[in-house]
Order: sequence, then structure tokens, then C-alpha cells
Amino acid sequence: MENVTVQEVADNITEKFSDNVLEVTDYQGDTLVRVDKDSIHDVCSYLKEHYRFIYLVDLFGTDRFTSDDRFEVIYNLVSLKHQIRIFIKIRIPEQNPHVVTVTDIWTGANWNERETFDMFGIIFDGHPDLRRIFMPEDFKYYPLRKEFPLLGIPGSLELPGTTPNTE
Amino acid sequence: MIETGSIMGKGKPTFFKEHQNALYKSLEDKHTTIDVDDTDPLRTRMVLNMGPQHPATHGVLRLLIELDGEQIAKTKLDIGYLHRGIEKIAENKTYQEFMPYTDRMDYLSPYSNNVALCTAVEKIAQIEIPERAHYIRMIGCELARISSHLLYLGAMVMDTGAISFFIWTFREREKLYDIFDNLGGHRFTISHSRIGGVHNDLSPVCLDMIRTFVDEFPRELKDWGKLLNKNRIFYDRNNGVGSISAEDAIAMGMTGPNIRATGIAYDMRMFKPYARYNEVEFEVPTRLEGDNLARYYIRTEEMAQSIEIIRQCLEKLPKGPVRTDNAKKTYPSKDEVYYSMEGLIHDFMMTDTGVCPPADVECYHAIEAPKGELGFYIQSDGTGHPWRLKIKSPSFSNLQALEVMLDGEMIADTVVMIGGVDPVMGESDK
Repeated sequence: MENVTVQEVADNITEKFSDNVLEVTDYQGDTLVRVDKDSIHDVCSYLKEHYRFIYLVDLFGTDRFTSDDRFEVIYNLVSLKHQIRIFIKIRIPEQNPHVVTVTDIWTGANWNERETFDMFGIIFDGHPDLRRIFMPEDFKYYPLRKEFPLLGIPGSLELPGTTPNTE
Repeated sequence: MIETGSIMGKGKPTFFKEHQNALYKSLEDKHTTIDVDDTDPLRTRMVLNMGPQHPATHGVLRLLIELDGEQIAKTKLDIGYLHRGIEKIAENKTYQEFMPYTDRMDYLSPYSNNVALCTAVEKIAQIEIPERAHYIRMIGCELARISSHLLYLGAMVMDTGAISFFIWTFREREKLYDIFDNLGGHRFTISHSRIGGVHNDLSPVCLDMIRTFVDEFPRELKDWGKLLNKNRIFYDRNNGVGSISAEDAIAMGMTGPNIRATGIAYDMRMFKPYARYNEVEFEVPTRLEGDNLARYYIRTEEMAQSIEIIRQCLEKLPKGPVRTDNAKKTYPSKDEVYYSMEGLIHDFMMTDTGVCPPADVECYHAIEAPKGELGFYIQSDGTGHPWRLKIKSPSFSNLQALEVMLDGEMIADTVVMIGGVDPVMGESDK
């Protein structure tokens, strides 16, 4: 098969998932395809099967801080065969932020989804081990949400005492 | 709690007696808490906690290992002990203000991190930088790569039992630190790169130092090869240890020298050349074995390639400015700031507002850091602060693969494998 360009991939999935692809943007050579959140699993497995996007570089969340579709999850995929990179984006509402996991497509999505959960509270349905990754389990907040203050919330984490135990 | 040979009572402190005794006691209780499963009649399964404070884990990495005799049945990694939330900090800083924070991510190669951030910002804000700056950045990046791989080499060889080797690689790192000192004024956290170029030009002294290093270093590399490549102990402790197949490595998202050791030539310098990597000739070394020995060969070969790249950069080094001359895009030079009112205003504006990329755009740029693909995904809202800045850190991905790699190996090889994967917690924990 001839090397395909990222533009062809974007056109192809726009055609194939015409009901689900919401917009395709291109800025400085980075192609970003926004799909609706229910079709993300299908789009990802399609990309992996047909264009050999076997390498998930990154998966992360963002907070738009808007009333509708507040959160975004961005998938950074690389096809080693065609030497191209594509970004897939979904938007998730603030209330009940659920999205289906992609760990069955890329095993390596495991930690990235845990990080997204830890930082934004987005729940990945079907994830094998959805725990916090950076923050301890007893932490109750989602620190990368925009309303979380830069200085943190006093008393949210039990810290060791400042006086050493010299017993 | 297991009975160990007690050091209590053997030490005879001559001052601060209570403090010293408390210290001995804490030393005795440190690291190893072993839980033996009571239902296991042969008492072969136990859970071993390693870290987060453990000299061999290269930072604050914590491993929970379930052992079956001497073999690792399963492992869980616990990270986040060095989590400082620098992505949150980035949202509250201008792009240039955030740059020194990247030094503290992969603190073994600060130069690469600076360049990674600056190129990402230059991409989103559409800033062109002068040719000479590209070449200086490449030299800096390759020196950082050598510096990082030298620490890997020293630490990893020390993990396999050869202590003195660490000192030799550190002697070479010391020369690199001297070069960086001359280059940017700092030995460790250099922060030499700027959005729109680099801070200052290479001085003639610095150029001489780099030339001397480039001439002398390959001989050291050759000597080390003589010592290690046919060393029975080193070879046996690495050969076949921590093997991972190419499929698994890709599935787990491994990156950098670790994925190249499985035969995948994935290198950002080739995948999407940045700076002027398309104008120099170099090879991307790959191996097929995917074990610790392969990772060692890859890194030593990469150091040799880096030397070649630096040599070509020094030959090609064009003349000209090192920073773009657009006061809206970068800091003006200090001469302008001190001697012209306009320069002063621009300097103030840069510090106050900073570089403003267009509103509502987002883009990603990655460089090949010594540990692998280091990328910054920036979402801009049109102000001087990023709306969201996501760091794709290579160590994070590599550690995830380590969790898989450790299963089924021997407990004695754990430390060697951690050394082989070469994680830096400052980067993976962010």
C-alpha cells in the first residue's frame, strides 16, 4: 500500500463516519478530528485496523470551562507504517463525565486514562484499574480542573508533621 | 519484620548520641518491610515494598512486588511522589516564565526540555528563529543527550555491580557541565533556550571546549566498550534481562532508546525533523533483542552519533543573530533594553504579557529527548498564558512498560531493569 497522508485519513474517516465526525481542523500541520463521544471506540479501532495507528502516543484531558461539553479528551495517535500523526478529540459534558475506555485497543492507554481521571475526574468505562495515579487515593479534588486553585486546598491532604518524631 | 544483623549497639557514636542512635534505628527499619502470606504453606509468596526512597530506583519510584520465591509474580508501580503539578503551574505563567520549570522535569538533560518547550511555542505562535540558533540548539541538545546517557551508563553499570565505572562517566559529565556553564551560565539547570532563539551566542572559549570534548570523547567511549562489551559479569547480567517484544513495546507506548532496542526505528529527529536535523547526517541505531543489553548498545551508539551530529553542526554553524529580531515575539537583546526606551518597553511587555499565539488554536510539537519523545501540546486562548499545556513525558510511558517487563523476572534483576529503562521521576511525575 502506498503511503497515505494524514489528510487522506481525515477525509476517509469523515466519509466513513459522516454522522459522527463533527469537525476537522488543521493548524501548523497538526490535523485534529473531532468526533462525538459515543463513536470514539469505533473510530479508534477503525484507525488502528485500516491505517495501522498502532501507537498511542498520548491521551489526555482538557477543561474548556464552558457550561456545555466542558471536558475534552484528546488522543494522539501515530501510524508507524505511514509515518503520520493524527489527533482525535471528543467532548464530554460536565455532569456525569463518562467515556468508554480504549485500553482494549491500546494497552498503553491504561496509565494515560488513569492520569486523565486523576486530573479531571473523567471516568473511563471498562478501564481495568481506574485509580488515581499522581495524587493519593484520599484526595477528593481534581487538580487540573479550572476551578481548582493554583495554591491547592488547605487541609485536603494529610501531610507529615513538621517536627520530627525523635522517640 | 525480619531479623537482620543488627547494627544497633555496634556503632559507637561520639557526639549527638541520641540522634545517631535514632538514625541507626531508622536505617535498620528502612526500605524493606516484608509481609509473608500466612496461608501459603511453603511461605514462598511474599510482598516486597521497594521505595519510594531507594538509591537504586533512580528517584522516588515505588514498586510493590509480589514474589514467588526469587521470581517476580507481579508488580505494581506507584508513581507521583514527585508530582508538582507543573501543568497547572504552566497555565498560570507566561510561556517564557514557564521555561525554567521544564529544566526540573528531566533534570539530566535540561537543555532538551527547554528546546522542546520553545519549539512548541514557536510552532503555535508561528515564530521563525535564525539559522544559527537552530544549530546552537542542536549542539546543546546533543550534548544533553550525551550527558543523560552518561548518567544512565554510570548508574546502570553500577547497578550491575561495577562501582568505579560511575566515576569515569561522571568525569566526562563534569566536562559537559563545564561546557554548559560556559554556554548559558549554569551548570545544571541551563535555561539557555528562549522563545525566538537562544539567550546568547557561543563564546570562542565555549566553542573550543566543545571541540576538545568532541575530539576526546570517542576515545573514552571506545575504552568503555573495551571494558564492558566482553565483560562476562556485565554481559550475563544484562543479556536476556527485561526482554520486551516489539509488539508489546508499541502497545505499551514505550519510546526513545527503549523502543529502538526492540527494532522500531521511531525517532522524532527522523519521524518529523525539527531544528535542522534534516541537514545533518546521522543514523538511528536499532537492535532487535529488546533486552537490557540491547538498550545499552543503543545508548552507547547514540552517544557516538551525537558526537557526529555536533561535529557537523560545528562545521556548518552559520553566522548571524541568535535570536529573532521581532520585539513582539521575543525578548529584545540586553543592549537595546539598557540603552533605548523602546527596548525597555518591549522588555517590560514581554515579561508582563509575553508571546501571544492566535486565539483558539492548538498544536503539538515533540522533540527526541534522550529518554524518548518529549512533546508539548498547547491550547491557546490568545493570551500570553497557555490555556492548557500537556506534557507528553517519555519516562511516564517507559515506566508503564516497565510494569509489564518486570513480571516473571528475577528479583535480583529488578534494579538492573530499572536502570536499563532509565526513568527520571521528575519527568514522569510532572
